[in-house]
Amino acid sequence: MNSDDQSSEAVLRVSGVTVAFGGRNVLENLDLDVRRGEILGFVGASGVGKSVLMRAILGLNKRQAGTIEIFGQIYDRLDEAGKLAIDQRIGVLFQQGALFSALTVLENIQVPMREYLDLDKKLMNELARLKIDLVGLPQDAAEKIPSQLSGGMVKRAALARALSLDPELLFLDEPTSGLDPIGAAEFDELIVTLRDTLGLTVYMVTHDLDSLFSVCDRIAVLGEKRVLLEGNLEAMLESKNEWVQSYFRGKRARHIVRG
Amino acid sequence: MKQTAATEAQCAISTGQGRTLVMAQGLWIVRAIAPVDREMRELQQSANASSLVIDLSGITRMDTSGAWVVSRLVDAWKKAGGMASIVSPPQSVNTRLLEAVSHPFDNMPSAVRAGPLTRFLESLGRFSKSLSRDTVLSLNMIGAAIRGPQMKSGRTGSVRPDSIVHHIDRMGLRAVPIVALMSFLIGAIIAQQGAWSLRYFGAEFLTVDFVGILLLREVGVLLTAIMVAGRSGSAMTAEIGSMKMREEVDALTVIGLNPVGVLVFPRLVALTIALPLLTFVADIASLAGAALLLNFYSDIPVETFISKLRDAVDLSTVFAGLIKSPFMAMIIGIMAAVEGMKVEGSAESLGRRVTAAVVKAIFFVIVVDGFFAVFYAQINY
Repeated sequence: MNSDDQSSEAVLRVSGVTVAFGGRNVLENLDLDVRRGEILGFVGASGVGKSVLMRAILGLNKRQAGTIEIFGQIYDRLDEAGKLAIDQRIGVLFQQGALFSALTVLENIQVPMREYLDLDKKLMNELARLKIDLVGLPQDAAEKIPSQLSGGMVKRAALARALSLDPELLFLDEPTSGLDPIGAAEFDELIVTLRDTLGLTVYMVTHDLDSLFSVCDRIAVLGEKRVLLEGNLEAMLESKNEWVQSYFRGKRARHIVRG
Repeated sequence: MKQTAATEAQCAISTGQGRTLVMAQGLWIVRAIAPVDREMRELQQSANASSLVIDLSGITRMDTSGAWVVSRLVDAWKKAGGMASIVSPPQSVNTRLLEAVSHPFDNMPSAVRAGPLTRFLESLGRFSKSLSRDTVLSLNMIGAAIRGPQMKSGRTGSVRPDSIVHHIDRMGLRAVPIVALMSFLIGAIIAQQGAWSLRYFGAEFLTVDFVGILLLREVGVLLTAIMVAGRSGSAMTAEIGSMKMREEVDALTVIGLNPVGVLVFPRLVALTIALPLLTFVADIASLAGAALLLNFYSDIPVETFISKLRDAVDLSTVFAGLIKSPFMAMIIGIMAAVEGMKVEGSAESLGRRVTAAVVKAIFFVIVVDGFFAVFYAQINY
């Protein structure tokens, strides 16, 4: 969507990251770049450390080595104010939504605005309702609390909260898991639309082959404690790696690839 | 006119020749939008049938909030019958964003606020409803406790002794240290207060009678029940409540088990066994505390304490206290289970239910204690 020189700029640069639990390395010397404006799909077998990497990037897990550079700044070296400024430019959609269960959807979306910014109550309401509209929720969902929402609506509401401060970089942890194929396809489309309208960069952990094929610009495969393979769909299909082969050429993938 | 390195949102409004010109400048992003939002809102008030031109050429960056403020102004102007146009958006402004925010959504269904009388009646109705629901649920629990953990199929299922033992261990055995310590201290404190007051009358030796009867009949059982309500009742509500939240209770129902029987029954039985035992521990510990204190404070040797206690207290005094504890255990368990079953989806509701369980349990424990006092007085026990 952007000009060429801009799209090659790395918004997120992970280099040499090692994460260990109980003396066992889960990730080892891992490198990964996410470029501005792209949707990066991140795949890997269950338990291989996809979520660990995402949590390490977000600072939720400790890592033993490596640097994480976000928007050209090395996160660990920033002072509190600098970290806060970066945090405001990142949005995260957790796998289960992680909406605050005691607050309505509207209040959930307003939490980041309320904490970071000094906005008019009226404007906050308008912006929150605008976000609700952007993610395709009906307006009457605004007053509901999360336990009154369906699974798909929770995901959308959580996405609206992630978009609350208009982040530039959006992390999605299995956004389409638990959605029916139609809902998942709609969600995929929504992410592309939002990327185009809001100029987002998206880092998406997913298992959904449809999403990988239809929305991701680039795919990265995690395995053997590092990024095994990076590239577009063709590169995946041509790979000789056994796991990548069975993943992208398995029974479930075949009809999508052919079609 | 272009601002270099603007770090905030600005706008210049000029009117003339039947048209209003808004020059937008700087960063129209959510972090900086607040002042512009106020200005634009004021301008909206004076929306009229003239024409409005919004010049975006000075914008360095714009996000949804900026786009929203612009499209809101355009909307207001169009509603007032005027003409509005957005001109010369720079490269950095995504025109798709402006389109995306411009289709209006149905604005704010205003919440209808009922009058005070209606609200009073509503809360009264809710209260009565919940009271009747609570009563039915409590009776349900008692029924389950009497009939045992029956299956849906009507088979009165086997009581699983290991589960009951497990809960006795958790609710009873592990509570022994804290209950013993607390009772020891309370026993000592009451003995000191008694001895100090009776000293004036030269009746310090009567402290033994006083302490023995008070601790065995009332304080031991009451404090143990309160401690267990806070310690195990809250845990029980939280356990059942979080199982309810994560649909584990529903899973039991679907499998064909009665959740009350499976979840509540073992805990209730365990509590009914554990609380009398704990009460007995508390009785002994508090008497030990009293004996030790009187030994030092009033120079009543422990041997004298024991022999005087044997005169003052008989088995019926001990049982007057102990008999109450199974009833209190039932109250604690039933309150905890009823509140646990009422937990809904949110974390807040779990907290509210746990609080309610403990408060209600302690309240009813004291009420029942009062009934027993009256009852004992009537039958001269």
